Amino acid sequence: MNYRMITYILGWILIFEAIFMVLPAVTALCFGESAVLWFAATAIICLVPGILLTQIKKPVNKKLYSREGFVIVSLSWIVLSVFGALPFFLSGEIPSFIDALFETVSGFTTTGASILNDVEKLSKSMLIWRSFTHWVGGMGVLVFIMAFVHLSGAQNMHIMKAESPGPSVSKLVPRIKTTALLLYSIYFVLTLVEFVLLLVGGMTPFEALNTAFATAGTGGFGIYNSSLGGFSAYIQIVVVVFMLLFSVNFNSYFFLLKGKPKEALTSEVLVFFAIVAASIVTIALDISNSAGSMGKAFLDSSFAVSSIISTTGFSTADFNLWPELSRTILVLLMFIGACAGSTGGGIKVSRIIIMFKNLWKELLVMIHPNLAKKVKLDGRSVDHETVRSVSVYLVAYVLLFTASLVLISIDNHDLITNFTAVAATVNNIGPGLEAVGPTANFAFFSAFSKIVLIFDMLAGRLELFPMLLLFNPATWRK
Amino acid sequence: MNIIIIGCGKVGEALAEQLNEQGNNITVIDTDMKKLNSVSSKCDVMGVNGNGATHLVQQEAGIESADLMIAVTGSDELNLLCCLIAKKAGNCKTIARVRSPQYSKEAPFLKDELGLAMVINPEYAAAAEIARVLRFPSAMRIDTFCRGRVELIKLRLPENCPLVGLAVKELSSKLGCDVLVCTIERGDEAYIANGNTVFEERDVISIIASPKKANDFFRKINYKSKSVKDAMIVGGGELGHYLCDMLVNDGVSVKIIEKDPQRSDELCAQWGGAVTVINGDASDQEVLLEEGLAQTGAFVALTNLDEENILLSLFARSTGNAKLVTKINRIDFEDVIKHLDLDTIIYPKNITSDTIVRYVRSLKNTQGSNVEQLHQVIKGKIEAAEFIIRDKSSVTGTPLMNLKLKSGILVAAILREKKVVIPRGSDTVEPGDTVVIVSDRSELHDITDILR
Repeated sequence: MNYRMITYILGWILIFEAIFMVLPAVTALCFGESAVLWFAATAIICLVPGILLTQIKKPVNKKLYSREGFVIVSLSWIVLSVFGALPFFLSGEIPSFIDALFETVSGFTTTGASILNDVEKLSKSMLIWRSFTHWVGGMGVLVFIMAFVHLSGAQNMHIMKAESPGPSVSKLVPRIKTTALLLYSIYFVLTLVEFVLLLVGGMTPFEALNTAFATAGTGGFGIYNSSLGGFSAYIQIVVVVFMLLFSVNFNSYFFLLKGKPKEALTSEVLVFFAIVAASIVTIALDISNSAGSMGKAFLDSSFAVSSIISTTGFSTADFNLWPELSRTILVLLMFIGACAGSTGGGIKVSRIIIMFKNLWKELLVMIHPNLAKKVKLDGRSVDHETVRSVSVYLVAYVLLFTASLVLISIDNHDLITNFTAVAATVNNIGPGLEAVGPTANFAFFSAFSKIVLIFDMLAGRLELFPMLLLFNPATWRK
Repeated sequence: MNIIIIGCGKVGEALAEQLNEQGNNITVIDTDMKKLNSVSSKCDVMGVNGNGATHLVQQEAGIESADLMIAVTGSDELNLLCCLIAKKAGNCKTIARVRSPQYSKEAPFLKDELGLAMVINPEYAAAAEIARVLRFPSAMRIDTFCRGRVELIKLRLPENCPLVGLAVKELSSKLGCDVLVCTIERGDEAYIANGNTVFEERDVISIIASPKKANDFFRKINYKSKSVKDAMIVGGGELGHYLCDMLVNDGVSVKIIEKDPQRSDELCAQWGGAVTVINGDASDQEVLLEEGLAQTGAFVALTNLDEENILLSLFARSTGNAKLVTKINRIDFEDVIKHLDLDTIIYPKNITSDTIVRYVRSLKNTQGSNVEQLHQVIKGKIEAAEFIIRDKSSVTGTPLMNLKLKSGILVAAILREKKVVIPRGSDTVEPGDTVVIVSDRSELHDITDILR
């Protein structure tokens, strides 16, 4: 283990966290809020160790292997969340530190689950900080740093692989730095377009910025207790479109920019939109009686479906009150999640596709024991390592899910609440059903359950393995 | 520059590593996913899985925007096909590795007709390097600059060498030698020599001097230096074949030991009497001794087995006084092998990648840099670059001792009107000169980069 390199990168995380504080601090100044002090204080608390770790003495040995990559990513996210929780805690707007941490982790992991009973009581600068954590966490903070700072050359790939979602992470262009910059440029431009469209729809710049951040990261923190329910149909449609756009693999946008639409339409993207379309139609028909008009049914249904499958977690209608079929479909969508290489969470559509193709292959092998067959995706065969890692991922997923479910059931809430609470955090969605439904929040859980759910959110965002490796003693051995 | 490398063997990997370090955008194509993963975790390059000779795969690797395509797969035909397709699919320069002598003979034709920028034959390039070393057997390695007028000679200090304990600046006063010491290698360290550096036993040094002064220097430091009259080559493969050709041209009497009777017959037919072909197993010590290993001037081990080459050379070292040349295919153990007492070691793979890297550097000339030629004096640590001074600049006109040079930079030679000047502090650089700079940094793109 190259400990010096790990602390060096953690130092950079702290420096960047301090830089991130600028946005909420400026907001506080604009609205004349006293919270600016707490952001400044947090920035200083981050800068001191950050500068000590990065500027005083640079690491001599910059070699990173994949285990350092995993450890760096998981520790970075923990450090980022702990220090990011300070403004909430220091200002006293969220008095309990566990609650502040839950809120921040929920922000960075783009979950959007909240412990706040009354969001509207928070100061505006705290609200923008909450939404901004979504934006930073969506594409990945280490990817962000890599776009600007030279960390360790080629071995950065280990970090990028550990932080970016999906079964196989590849570069867009030969250089990691350029790749990171490209990804963030696409991300930035899409966010900007949404911001402008929301302004056009009559939102105030503050509302539009918050909503754009929360959609871009597929996070889902709302700034009103009714989430987006109070806004016009136009705003809701804009948000639906962008929730779906941000859950598409960003490689597709890269190919579109290069003028290769055929390569942009991968089977993953097609399957994703097929699932979305089928779910919207089914749910719309299912709720058409209660919604009043067919148009309203389609609007509510498409909002709920895109919000859940993109793992954003905004809400307009209270889908907790919908018929069982609709509720079940939504819970299933929670597990499917967005495309790999997007800002969304969940198991990822590409893993689901590989899993089903592998199952089909295994069935054929039972019929023809000597069959030679490979799992193929988009006309090229998926290598064995990837197929294996998908299977292992699912096993780890089920185990983590089960363990979390058992642990939070100690609080003695009902099964649907517990089940969807775990599903909503592991998949980084936000709202679940019953007591954690779209109109409710996570405040009632005990501190222990909150810690379990915090772990679930981090594990879900980082695709399980980085967090699990922290508990393997072999990781830490020299 | 955007560069595509097809074939990710040892050469492909070495190329990817070196070219990437010099700030190029590298995409590597190979059919083996494992190799791609390994190279892309070692350096910042993108891997594309597939057959590099197909249009589709080349497109995926971005052939349209590539400046250069290098085909170094194991097969000559595939390499040529890759180049052809790249030429049609994109608008890039192409380099092919071609090792078979049949194609190699037609290299000029291939270059013209297929529009290749460069055809590299590793065996031929290695043979040329060996022949150069045998012409000047005292050296471990010789790099030439300014079209062969300046030679950078690398040697290991002999035992009981009077140099040991002297500082570089005392060379001319104590020994009366007029040579320029460029670099000193000690163990795993490598330095650019400055006046105060003191020589130690078993140092490897590189010097620049005219041939006459170099011989004078060798005599004074007790270095045996006689030109090779006869050579014994073990292994009659392609490399051996090329080398024989070159040595016969130089008037060296060559004895070649080849195991395979059929290959021996082929070799006899080539030269008739000029070359003695022995059909025998060189790993049999009796054969070697019988053929005069103890008396031969040079011993060149070129079998296909690295281990055998090393052992043969070590045996030759113990029985005679021959100049040793050992071919090593695998570059992984370079650090271990260099500690053995093996005079000159030839890595055909490194020669290939060095030649290509040098070409890429010179391609960049048109993109703002004016490096004319580039040699890695000590791999990855110290290199020598040749610049042509076209215009007046901050470097010209001022005596060298008054120039504020960066640390780790040495002006090693100046070529003015076909005459080589070994620069002293009072010399100046003038427009029209060719200058050789030895440096421990690889980001020299213009002669003014040497200034602080």
